[in-house]
Amino acid sequence: MQDIFPQRIKMIQGVIIFFSFLFLINLFYIQLIDNKYKIKAKDNAIKELIEYPSRGLIYDRNNKLIVHNTNQFEIMVTNAEVDANLDTSQLCKDLAITQDYFLESMKKARKASRYRPYVFLKYVDDSNYQRFQEHIFKYKGFFGQTRFVRDYPYANGALLFGDVGEIDSSQIKKYADTYTYLSGDYIGKNGIEVYYEDLLRGQRGIRTVVVDALNRVKGSYANGENDNDPIAGKNLQASIDINIQTLGEELLTNKRGSIIAIEPSTGEVLALCNGPTYDPNLLRGGNRNKYYPKLLLNKYKPLYNRAIQGLYPPGSTFKAPSALVALQMGAINPNFAYYCPGYYPIGKKSLKCSHRHAPCRNIEEGLTQSCNPYFCQVFRESIEVSNSKRFQKDYDRWYKNICRFGYRRKLGIDLKNEKRGNVPDTAYYNKIYKNQWRATTVISLGIGQGEILATPLQMANSYCVIANKGYYITPHVIKGIYANGKFEPNTAKKIKVNVPIDKLYFDRVTDGLEMVVQAGTARASKIEGIALCGKTGTAQNPHGEDHSIFVGFAPKVNPKIVIACIVENGGGGGGLAAPIVSLMAERYLKDSLPPASLNKYSSIKNRHLINFQIDE
Amino acid sequence: MAKSPSIFNKLDWPLLMTFLILMVIGLITIYAAGYNPDHPKIYDISQTYGKQLIWIGICLVLGFIIINMNSKVFSVFAYAYYGIILLLLIVVLFIAKEVNGAKAWIDLGFFRLQPSEFAKFTTCLGLAYYISELETNLAYAKKLMMALGIIIIPFILILAQHDMGSALVFLSFAFLLNRFGMSDYIIFAGFFVIIISILSLLLSPVYLILSMVVLVIIIAFFNRKSKDLDKYIIVGVAITSFVAIYSISIDLVMDKLDKHQKDRINVLVGKGGNDWNVRQSKIALGAGQFSGKGFLKGTQSKMNFLPAKETDFIFCTIGEEWGFLGCGLVIGLYVFLMMRILYLSEKHSSKFSKVYGYAIVCVLMMHFIINIGMTVGLVPVIGIPLPALSYGGSSLLSFSVMIFAFIRMDSERWIYTS
Ligand SMILES: [Zn+2]
Repeated sequence: MQDIFPQRIKMIQGVIIFFSFLFLINLFYIQLIDNKYKIKAKDNAIKELIEYPSRGLIYDRNNKLIVHNTNQFEIMVTNAEVDANLDTSQLCKDLAITQDYFLESMKKARKASRYRPYVFLKYVDDSNYQRFQEHIFKYKGFFGQTRFVRDYPYANGALLFGDVGEIDSSQIKKYADTYTYLSGDYIGKNGIEVYYEDLLRGQRGIRTVVVDALNRVKGSYANGENDNDPIAGKNLQASIDINIQTLGEELLTNKRGSIIAIEPSTGEVLALCNGPTYDPNLLRGGNRNKYYPKLLLNKYKPLYNRAIQGLYPPGSTFKAPSALVALQMGAINPNFAYYCPGYYPIGKKSLKCSHRHAPCRNIEEGLTQSCNPYFCQVFRESIEVSNSKRFQKDYDRWYKNICRFGYRRKLGIDLKNEKRGNVPDTAYYNKIYKNQWRATTVISLGIGQGEILATPLQMANSYCVIANKGYYITPHVIKGIYANGKFEPNTAKKIKVNVPIDKLYFDRVTDGLEMVVQAGTARASKIEGIALCGKTGTAQNPHGEDHSIFVGFAPKVNPKIVIACIVENGGGGGGLAAPIVSLMAERYLKDSLPPASLNKYSSIKNRHLINFQIDE
Repeated sequence: MAKSPSIFNKLDWPLLMTFLILMVIGLITIYAAGYNPDHPKIYDISQTYGKQLIWIGICLVLGFIIINMNSKVFSVFAYAYYGIILLLLIVVLFIAKEVNGAKAWIDLGFFRLQPSEFAKFTTCLGLAYYISELETNLAYAKKLMMALGIIIIPFILILAQHDMGSALVFLSFAFLLNRFGMSDYIIFAGFFVIIISILSLLLSPVYLILSMVVLVIIIAFFNRKSKDLDKYIIVGVAITSFVAIYSISIDLVMDKLDKHQKDRINVLVGKGGNDWNVRQSKIALGAGQFSGKGFLKGTQSKMNFLPAKETDFIFCTIGEEWGFLGCGLVIGLYVFLMMRILYLSEKHSSKFSKVYGYAIVCVLMMHFIINIGMTVGLVPVIGIPLPALSYGGSSLLSFSVMIFAFIRMDSERWIYTS
């Protein structure tokens, strides 16, 4: 075939020539004309230094600084610049490291890169760093770099505030969409630190500098036009009152359990305490690798955030929400009376009352006596309100109403890994009882036992509904954010959830809860001059002593604080949980504890149910 | 026929020498870029330069064998080679591990085989075979479609491996098709699409479409008395709607593209993004100035954070240590290499060899443009090696086979002329 287009060779030749000239012109510009890419002296070099941002601070609700930063240092080494006659023994002495560490680290550095700075030693404290700096002229190739490390001046709130550690590679990937982390960067690992990581982190800066042959910085490169200053993280205000946070953790000394306090009108969490706990400063910097596994393996599970993850049967504290639902459903009226024979018959078996007492003539007396048969009957009335044959429909109604208090759902607190708890639905019972179940089969729900499980947070939240007489606000631990000199409230969490129940019923139940403390199961926990309302509970525990529970609020009119407390294996609700709640409320409402209460404080603090130790 | 002269008298020495010089420059530069004073010997096989030396040795032995073979082994079995590599490209999709976002390697233990490198060579053979057939005339749409098919199958398979750089190389075969009969208009349409692509990355599609509409109206206005007015308008509307659909879809694709690739493209069009590599590359080049810092004296290209200083960014080290002169020399060598192959192809009377020569120039040209373009900051950062220079067995082997096969074909020119 005739070759018809020999002239078309010019097309490809033209492209080759065009790009070659384009490249040459570009190179001519970059290499000979543009000052931006020029370094004056031949031995000078350009280095990019990372500048780390300072992480956002956290204040408590009274503007006390509760989480801040301190400096630690890292020693970097650039292998190619290290002097062959380096005085290693002096360097090891200054940095308090062994000769072996020196050799090992230098070997790693050599392997990583000869020309790029490598982290020779992490977590160098102030005094070692000062000594190193004094002799820096002897250590060619080494330099120091400032890192910010968290400091928790009150040494508490370990699981609430969380901690900060080096990012691992899986997290780098996970966060790739929001921020480019580099290995060695710090990241929030738990609590507020991880939930608000994006706000607290800030942004890394980069400074390009020209250095001479002796690695001395000669100035910024290209007039700093490529430099980015680090941007500090945003400061946060927590809703926590650090005073009662501290008190709560002291009261939980050597106990397993949790205390959570909420301001009912705002949903702001005032305290979130777990026991046993540890000093969050323990996990700072290099210690994290040492202590974290120890905490993880400890048999008392100090890393387990019981306040939002621990699931307990709410026991008798459930009687108040359960009564409110029964009242609203029209199953009972507030003057529902029931004569307690000391037990409640369930087929051939029976459920015992905890003690002998006079008949309960109304809901207040039922709560005061915490009478089990009374509330079994209340529950039965609720789920058989229209017709005992069609109780499943009523159970559904009861179930929907009770869940409005915040059970069986994640409340959406601004902390990770919240548990949702459980209230069984009809589908569940139909499945396990193969449709063969009746009111009496599930009667223990009426007294907060059986399949029902709730976190301490949910227990406190359900009493927020009572304190507010009809609603709760999503509980949250961050009140607001300081941004550009202004305070922005954390509106994302201010979600109001209504619980439609008549005010009259709330009033009657509240009266009953007041009587519990005045004359009932919690009468040892009265607060001088303040009306504490609440309910004791005892969660049966097949593995040992019962769990002690108390949920309450104070004062009775316009409640300022709702507190739930659970002490595992603490016995009856009146024994440990009620006085703890009483002390917490008194401290919060009076700003200090009167002498009489101080005795109670020290006797509870010194009651050791476990012997928690972090081994060295 | 008189007694045939020795094969070495028939080789095109200028071409062979240029290729060998480029390989040596590559070795020296890899040595400088990865220089490790604990291992100063260039033949230390624990280092990249030692490995590259071995690969050069293998390539030379292979080259010696190839130039002593009859070039019919390439033309007769062209489709077979093409098919085998297609199979490997499919296999690699299933068994390859992901390295730097691309699934392109088959790990053979001693060697990580990258079939996409060899696909370039076998596609050259396949195209040469098809186009050199007597009945093939690319001016006919049906024949052109077949040729496009030969290009597009490996292109799609390589794209599926997320190996953007190698896939782009296949686009350069457009010049080959044009040279052997494809209409000029298709090339111009291609340029038009590329320009629209860049513009739609720079501008929002709204402005682009608006300016197209304004343009059509202006053209129509000045031709309002022409009897072809309706044709102007129809063509104008057609082009405008193409631009509209195209730029909007580019906009949508850019939204979907993962961040990494988006950054690369944004760097090119000056929208900022992560221009770290490009800045580092320019700093290293700029440090070289006119005559460079000298052998092993470069610090920027070593100390800096370039992820591929011995492969994709090897040109930086040349720029820093040998300056503008060194860069100019290397560019000159590549231009000479490509021009020489074109010149020899045109002289060749065997159509297979002629098309093959063109095809490998297309491949070389695309590598040359993307790699150096990326180093000087004109092209987004796309991982693609510089032929004969960059570190890496697959690419060196593939380019050697490509060039040596051409040298052998060229040496047989006398058979066809006599
Ligand atoms: Zn009773």
